[in-house]
Amino acid sequence: MLRDQDRVFTNLYGFDSPYLEAARARGDWDNTKDIIVRGRETLTKDVREAGLRGRGGAGFNTGMKWSFMPKEVSPGRPHYLVVNADEGEPGTCKDREIMRHEPHKLLEGCVLAGSAMGAQAAYIYVRGEFYREAEVLQRAIDEAYGAGLLGPNACGAGARFDVYVHRGAGAYICGEETALIESLEGKKGQPRLKPPFPANVGLYGCPTTVNNVETISVVPAILRRGSGWFLGLGRPRNTGTKLFNISGHVNQPCTVEEEMGVPLKELIERHAGGVRGGWNNLLAVIPGGSSVPLLPKAVCDSVHMDFDSLAAVKSGLGTAAVIVMDKSTDVVRAIARLSRFYKHESCGQCTPCREGTGWMWRVMERLADGRGSIEEIDVLEQVTRQVEGHTICALGDAAAWPIQGLIRHFRPEIERRIAERKASPNQRSAA
Amino acid sequence: MSAATPAPADGTFCFTPENEGTARAIIAKYPPRRQASAVLPLLDLAQRQNGGWLSQAALDYVAQYLQMPPIRVYEVATFYTMFNLKPVGRHHIQVCTNLPCWLRGSDAIVAACRKHLGIGPGETTADGAFTVSEVECAGACVNAPMVQIGDDYYEDLTADSMGSILETLKAGGTPKPGSQSGRHSCEPAGGVTSLTSTPAVQRFLEKKAEGNR
Repeated sequence: MLRDQDRVFTNLYGFDSPYLEAARARGDWDNTKDIIVRGRETLTKDVREAGLRGRGGAGFNTGMKWSFMPKEVSPGRPHYLVVNADEGEPGTCKDREIMRHEPHKLLEGCVLAGSAMGAQAAYIYVRGEFYREAEVLQRAIDEAYGAGLLGPNACGAGARFDVYVHRGAGAYICGEETALIESLEGKKGQPRLKPPFPANVGLYGCPTTVNNVETISVVPAILRRGSGWFLGLGRPRNTGTKLFNISGHVNQPCTVEEEMGVPLKELIERHAGGVRGGWNNLLAVIPGGSSVPLLPKAVCDSVHMDFDSLAAVKSGLGTAAVIVMDKSTDVVRAIARLSRFYKHESCGQCTPCREGTGWMWRVMERLADGRGSIEEIDVLEQVTRQVEGHTICALGDAAAWPIQGLIRHFRPEIERRIAERKASPNQRSAA
Repeated sequence: MSAATPAPADGTFCFTPENEGTARAIIAKYPPRRQASAVLPLLDLAQRQNGGWLSQAALDYVAQYLQMPPIRVYEVATFYTMFNLKPVGRHHIQVCTNLPCWLRGSDAIVAACRKHLGIGPGETTADGAFTVSEVECAGACVNAPMVQIGDDYYEDLTADSMGSILETLKAGGTPKPGSQSGRHSCEPAGGVTSLTSTPAVQRFLEKKAEGNR
């Protein structure tokens, strides 16, 4: 188990105050200037070498992403850091805890990440529903300005740095980085075609990097303790610590910081009080937020929670939101519920997603009731393949994957319902 | 938004002097000539002032305020779910029914709303006090099931605790937001499994032990 002294988020549960004095006592803003003056290239290199992979789901090397920003700031084209706090992936509630309990880690991370990419301003795009979290964050920002940590001579390092909170208004798609930029510019949140990538043409046409809240918030710890410390935690290519949200059918749902690569079973049993009714009552787990394919119990028995281990079993770490389903779960209806979510959240820009999400949801509803034929399962599977990879952003993929996972692991259950309904057509299929 | 102020008739809208100041401060966050960036926060401000919904007049006012073509503001207002384009009850009960909440019993929460208010999702009580909506994941999944009422989250709900929240609101009271099961935030209900060596957690555990004695 991860030792307490290796944990980054020491006020994860908010037992202590989120505000400046308490945050400083926890080690935030400790000689930040000394880190800033190491210079852009060193900061980027250190984060790259620590192996930090984006905590928003895609898992791309953060230092590498920063290095895509232009080396020089051209006149009239300021660089921007945009923090993605539009947390909305079903199952995910980690950034919320950072914003309301550890806002100063996020703000210090903004200054350091901003320095590493030549930015002088950061916008934190907070999902609109997180009104109280945005309030805490704003108060923390005001404190940081008051203490000279932000503003014209941020942390005394000689350069200006500003942080602004921008609240969204209820659109899952704005968690996609280019949709987020569009939304921040005051438009509908519809993803942009790439290239050009935001590092070249981002917010207001200027070089921009979009990073997740958790990614930015662990940066101060990495730069303070050294990339060697971060590399020493987790597994090769999957380093450091990670916030896990464990929800659904466990005895004690919770959020916890653990080492990357922790075995799923250990995570659930040690921190979440185990599966309701015991481990043998486990049906399936969605290991990384609604977008990743579920895993049946047999895989859950031994899988490790990191990017590469989960990709190897055809799922993904995503946001590390672990949704646990015990044997009482109507798993077909559970995935149908997710299909309804993606249909609701499709921005409508690309035809395969706009039409496909609705079509897939309707078929999923039929299959949940046992209406339909065995052949329709194959048609559904084929349609998911036609949506996947054929849209501007990953929402189409995200809508396809849960269904593919269901068919891969629970096809007999879908077939059983169809057969049962055929045998007694007047009855609603039992779960 | 003030519960005492009835929604003005569709026809006129204008920021109050106080909101005018807030609007200017919001616009100042963005670079010159990028005031369109303020459209989401300004629509939110207008909605709060207008009793929880955006009338055509409010949309046009915000468009004019930001020097945006009205159609751009309509596009935004219809794209984002938090903007209500028709009146809603004074208490907007938004029940999350997405998977993590559903697994923990959100159906019972919807049923509790029906039982205590007599309305289902998408409906408003005849007296205009309550609107119930079904919403997608609100991002409090380890505290499921949950509802959002106004700006606050109510978490770790049961049919009973949901019922008492609604009854408190009906009686004009203010229910306490956050976990309804006695959890502090997102820690495991049975006790923390990490961070036990940090001073704040130790202080908390001592206080809790004293309370139990």
